[in-house]
Amino acid sequence: MVNYNERLDRIFAALVDPTRRAILARLEREDSASISALAQPFAIKLPAVMKHLDVLDDAGLITRSKLGRTVTVRLRPEPMREAMDWLRRYERFWSKRLDRLASYAESKEAEARKKRQ
Amino acid sequence: MTSLTLVRRIKARPSIVFDALTTPEGIACWWGPDDGPVLVAETDPQVGGRFRVRFRMLDGSEHESTGEYLEVVRPERLSMTWRWTGGAEDPGESLVEIRLRAVAEGTELTFTHSRLRDEATRRSHEEGWSGALDKLARHFLAIEQSSP
Repeated sequence: MVNYNERLDRIFAALVDPTRRAILARLEREDSASISALAQPFAIKLPAVMKHLDVLDDAGLITRSKLGRTVTVRLRPEPMREAMDWLRRYERFWSKRLDRLASYAESKEAEARKKRQ
Repeated sequence: MTSLTLVRRIKARPSIVFDALTTPEGIACWWGPDDGPVLVAETDPQVGGRFRVRFRMLDGSEHESTGEYLEVVRPERLSMTWRWTGGAEDPGESLVEIRLRAVAEGTELTFTHSRLRDEATRRSHEEGWSGALDKLARHFLAIEQSSP
């Protein structure tokens, strides 16, 4: 079983590449696409596109289903959500702490002013 | 979004905010979670010096982070490396940068936590996928909300 961290690494690593991001963006717009249709806008050969799709598949970001001779690719949103959640956790973590830092510093400021009076 | 920036306006002068960020006494008052204690707070705020902070959550779990100060310019700038230690979830070393600017009401604090997902993430951030990721995430949220 792939653990949480490995899974996140795969998702983020998959998203690094501009071609893969373009594929995801297209699948977002079009719901599903065949592999040859996905390959069309890129100046790369079909095997290269297949490799990108393998990376996206490993990260769980797409599904591929075969009907006859056509492979249909679809976006899978769950891993993306997982990645966003991971980032939001950091945001929550710091947001709370900075609020507390602010009230602590403000009480120190009030103390310092009182002493001066 | 692999780098996170938060801005706060604080009604205290920069030197007080800076000390709250760097002294064990200050850290003990804000670093922990709500209602959870800070167990260890050690700092050596000089370039090359290290910090270590350990806190306990209400569920009893303990978390520790450590790092090295990279830049210490009281009361304006503070940056340090950041790493969760001793836990199963170690996403690698990241970078915390804090800028303090004197404003009429006190201090404007700009907090940035970056390199949140190692080298790959940093590069991807520079390539600008964060906007794309945001957009995709919003799209999925919209799908979720509209589905029966």
